[in-house]
Amino acid sequence: MEYAPDTNIVAPEEKEYTTLNLGPTHPATHGIFQNVLKMDGEIIVDAEPTIGYIHRAFEKLAERRPFYQITPITDRMNYCSSPINNMGWHMTVEKLIKAEIPKRVDYMRVIIMELARLADHIVCNSVIGVDTGALTGFVYMFQEREKIYEIYEEICGARLTTNIGRIGGFERDFPQKAWDKINKFVEEFPKVLKEFSALLERNRIFMDRTIGCGPISAERALNYGFSGPNLRAAGVDYDVRVMNPYSSYQDFDFIIPVGTQGDTYDRFMVRQQEMWESVSIIKQALAKMPKENIFHADIPDFYLPPKEMVYNNMEALIYHFKIVMGETDVPKGEVYHSVEGGNGELGFYLVSDGGRTPYRLHLRRPCFIYYQAYPEMIKGSMLSDAILTMSSMNVIAGELDA
Amino acid sequence: MKTSDITKKVYERFGSHILEAENDGEFLTYKVAPDKVTEMIEYLYNEPELAYRYLTTLFAVHYPEISQIVMHYLLHNLEKNSRIRIKVFVGDTNPEIDTLTGIFSAANWLERETYDFFGVKFIGHPNLKRILNVEDMTIHPLRKEYPLEDQMREDKKDEMFGR
Repeated sequence: MEYAPDTNIVAPEEKEYTTLNLGPTHPATHGIFQNVLKMDGEIIVDAEPTIGYIHRAFEKLAERRPFYQITPITDRMNYCSSPINNMGWHMTVEKLIKAEIPKRVDYMRVIIMELARLADHIVCNSVIGVDTGALTGFVYMFQEREKIYEIYEEICGARLTTNIGRIGGFERDFPQKAWDKINKFVEEFPKVLKEFSALLERNRIFMDRTIGCGPISAERALNYGFSGPNLRAAGVDYDVRVMNPYSSYQDFDFIIPVGTQGDTYDRFMVRQQEMWESVSIIKQALAKMPKENIFHADIPDFYLPPKEMVYNNMEALIYHFKIVMGETDVPKGEVYHSVEGGNGELGFYLVSDGGRTPYRLHLRRPCFIYYQAYPEMIKGSMLSDAILTMSSMNVIAGELDA
Repeated sequence: MKTSDITKKVYERFGSHILEAENDGEFLTYKVAPDKVTEMIEYLYNEPELAYRYLTTLFAVHYPEISQIVMHYLLHNLEKNSRIRIKVFVGDTNPEIDTLTGIFSAANWLERETYDFFGVKFIGHPNLKRILNVEDMTIHPLRKEYPLEDQMREDKKDEMFGR
């Protein structure tokens, strides 16, 4: 055959790029995000994320709901750790009305929030394992998440959209079965966590896949408004639980794990160590728990009384009526309260004009703020690394879109 | 650094542009003229003694009675754990304000969200288009003139449609 010159070779500036739509619903992405990738062969040159596919108009909805009815719609934001959202909202309203919360309620909240953080980190870390091809860890850890969901079930009857608690405390004390399950869980979970650590943390394949994958420097992370484990993986020890303690977090000893590189492996390791800290915090809270049987603050104007009290107690019936009909006096003012959610600083900015509904409620959603760094983090990496970066950032669609 | 020192330092530079300053214990609040806000935030970012290098969030609130949209900026100094809130009144007929994307990358999507919901135009923003709503929407839905649908409506009841 005669030799013919290859006319298909083109100069680099005339190079044709492939456009690849990753998502909106791709089996490898975690939720509904579209990424329009510009690819040079297997290398990502540029990416443009599009969001808003599950937008629920949270902020607009909140403007016509009374304060006590907003709790159920906060569940659906970060659905991996909905109790943190519930408690964050309750604490915001309590800050507005300047309520005093009993120690025991605070400790109960700490326990339920740390359990939620554990559930969140379990999902995130085991799914990082799946994305590198390790399905075993996923199965091990999801059994533990199931146990946490059983605890939620004992407390409030729901598993995913928990709706735990009310403004001022809880609807009822945790039942004895729930306490037993919590005690059993903190005894048994460390063994499974240890096995999971042994499976992945020093695993050669896992380390090769994750070290240096999707890195971000501390300076860029701060500029992008990162918070939570993603910021700590880059080496900044910012944790709302320590910086602005809420709910008696100042009573407990725990360390803030930090990473150095800000890559996928660091994000994984920071979450891994945080799980140990969460277990330790729950144990401390269980040991220090005050004995008296209190489960709500003494704020009858805002605490919606339990149903059996409404049926049998005239006072409770009156207050129930007043709250439901919006007859209570809400103070005017603006408050900002932030909690350390599974992904970072979850902030509620509440503007009240004295009406029964918020005048304006703005949410600082950690996912929404840091997901915009995603194109910068995956530029120059392979397609499979982009998936891994996304899963290690723990982007949750409900929180992204609100 | 005490809050009074911060206020003094800011007033020295921007005194004539600050309409009001207050302190509610948690936030130091300044109400600033719209044309100076970018310059002031840049100053707060760069000045080594202040160093407000973390943009917690930015958003708008609409007050139709005074026909104003108020931009809120929450800044945080992580080392000293001090927070500043800046409020800017931009009006609600044709609101415009300079972008912060030159200082904070975090401002990019937050400003797009504010544009989407309130129609505030950020001058100099690299990609100012809707982010959470569909592109062909003509209104800015979080403004107060668009109330949520009245739930007392009769024509939307399910039994009317055999559901």
